[in-house]
Amino acid sequence: MERKLVLGAEAVALAAIDEGISGVYAYPGTPSTEITEYIQKSKEAKELNIRSAWSANEKTAYEAALGMSYAGKRSLVCMKHVGLNVAADAFINSAITGINGGLVLLVADDPSMHSSQNEQDTRFYAKFSYLPVLEPSNQQEAYDSVRYAFNLSENVQLPVIVRITTRLSHSRSVIAQRNSVLQNELQPETSDTKWVLIPAIARKQYSELLNKQQELVAESERSIFNKLRIANGKKGIIAFGIAYNYVMEVLTKNSIEASVLKISQYPLPEKLIKDFYANNDEIVIAEEGYPIYEELLKGYLGNAKIKGRLDGTLPRMGELSPDALSKALGVNAKEGEPIPEIIANRPPELCKGCGHRDVFAELNEVLKGYEHKHVFGDIGCYTLGVLLPYAKLNTCVDMGASVTMAKGAADAGLHPAVCIIGDSTFTHSGITGLLDAVNDKNKVTIIISDNSTTAMTGGQQSSGVGRIEDICKGVGVEPEHIRILVPHRNNFNENVQALKEEFEYNGVSVIISRRECIQTAIRNKKIAKKAGSN
Amino acid sequence: MKKDIIIAGVGGQGILSIATIIDYAAMKKGLYIKQAEVHGMSQRGGEVQSHLRIADTEIYSDLIQKGTADLIISVEPMEALRYIPFLSDTGIIISAMEPFINVPDYPVLDELHLAIKSRNNAKLIDSMAIAREVGNLKANNIIMLGAAAQYTGIELSVFEEGIKYLFGRKGNEIVEGNLKAFRMGVEAAE
Repeated sequence: MERKLVLGAEAVALAAIDEGISGVYAYPGTPSTEITEYIQKSKEAKELNIRSAWSANEKTAYEAALGMSYAGKRSLVCMKHVGLNVAADAFINSAITGINGGLVLLVADDPSMHSSQNEQDTRFYAKFSYLPVLEPSNQQEAYDSVRYAFNLSENVQLPVIVRITTRLSHSRSVIAQRNSVLQNELQPETSDTKWVLIPAIARKQYSELLNKQQELVAESERSIFNKLRIANGKKGIIAFGIAYNYVMEVLTKNSIEASVLKISQYPLPEKLIKDFYANNDEIVIAEEGYPIYEELLKGYLGNAKIKGRLDGTLPRMGELSPDALSKALGVNAKEGEPIPEIIANRPPELCKGCGHRDVFAELNEVLKGYEHKHVFGDIGCYTLGVLLPYAKLNTCVDMGASVTMAKGAADAGLHPAVCIIGDSTFTHSGITGLLDAVNDKNKVTIIISDNSTTAMTGGQQSSGVGRIEDICKGVGVEPEHIRILVPHRNNFNENVQALKEEFEYNGVSVIISRRECIQTAIRNKKIAKKAGSN
Repeated sequence: MKKDIIIAGVGGQGILSIATIIDYAAMKKGLYIKQAEVHGMSQRGGEVQSHLRIADTEIYSDLIQKGTADLIISVEPMEALRYIPFLSDTGIIISAMEPFINVPDYPVLDELHLAIKSRNNAKLIDSMAIAREVGNLKANNIIMLGAAAQYTGIELSVFEEGIKYLFGRKGNEIVEGNLKAFRMGVEAAE
């Protein structure tokens, strides 16, 4: 058994390699990115010929993973929580088809929204899809759960979800690695019906999924990941996933007597829960995320025995912490000295020398001449354009929404209808919106701020590098209204003029504002220098 | 043995390298480790921190509880004070003097320095001056690690092994430079 110091994300990657995956599919998204990056950089994965390049978005990733499963091999698909919204159609229906080779969906949730637009809880999707979930509490369990999940997936013939959160994904600890297993042989699906979800087959498959639920509960009931720890007294805590760590931290530090039921596998183990409920007079529910099971156990009409996020015992939103659990468990913990008043906030900013900075400077200049100064934004580094000194972004909703929101606003008569989107976000979810705008001949200006990488998550390969203008042409944008600019202060006046012209064009214009990301430029320079000196 | 350490700085200042070396040293000593770090949006010039916990018994939480940290190591003075709520009554602050100013309302530097100096158990290190002396401005973080090393409960020699491990593939010159930076950091804090 080899011991390794790894991030939670890396523990997931190691487990997937050791459990014989033939491919990983993903689109970068904090806090899930490091899983796929680890496999991409792994020598072992390369030797095993594990497929690991980035997908265009989470939907394409999920479907490809499902295709690999259809062919009989094991696949891992990784995404951040909101990525599952993009992949939801494929995901929900894959519960109906079932799988062939083991399929594990790893979702990294981001409670407290450290790098996200919301803190949605993937366990809701699990209930929605009727699929089992593993929710490891620490790095070792992350490794063990992923290995177990592939076997569970093949045993029950369903995709299995592994849910982690930012804190586990981005925290290091030492794990013990176990022997690896071989990849599956190519063995394409032999069932000629289960994968074709026409209503007659879908009804049959759905009924089978419902029939499997009891088996899944039985799996949870005997799961090594669900643990009961009995103490004296009638005080109980049900701790889900990583919340278990905070609970145990507070209990051990303060020598509190309380029974703990740790839940790391769903659907809920019915008997364990019922017995625990019967044996305790007061139960605190500690869930990292939405109070899903607290609500369920409490019931619509309420139940004073159940305490948690809904009655203020724990904070209603945000990530849990040992501080929150201390308070919930009645410990008179120190608040800590307040932050001195002179301390200023230090929000993230666009890097010095970043091309997005020039685009925002140009936009501010052009919009001076207009009554309506709106810019529809998207998700990436350029979202930071909402902050000073630019303060030039009016929306950021979901991947690709800038294009279609500008289109809808143009339909309503807004002029200029301008949006800014990065190259990676454009190929993720902007192309179809552009097609809508072209078909409606909207008076919109789409600025693709192209730094030729997926920058915000650390500079991963962007799907359409070198082909952005061809994609726009292919979608039907008139070639003379696809303008390529280099965002740099030396070109400021020229670029402002080009933007002005396209704002006034009565149709769809695309401005490709292209300059390499300053971070990847520095990195590539270092790599080139190293290659040169060797 | 149990040490709860917060390493603080601004995205890009190399706080994760400090964490990696402490992790390595703790692993060599056979200690339990949990080290939470910040990835994603904040890495773009924003405030970043790492909660690093080492102990000879099992550690549950990845996060340090408020009012309980033994040590704050900061490569930037304003960032040192941001995490005061985590510091225990006897906790120690080791902070660099050199500010990283990228916000318009950055406080007056003398006031910042005074706020640190006036505390018990706090040390300001002129790590940039040392870095200039070493001839490597990038070694600032390693100097700060050196300055804080004596408060971690781990021997200096184990840290030196960690530095060799982290910089080994970059060649002997880089290793020696960082070892020198580390040792000068140790001296500066004495």
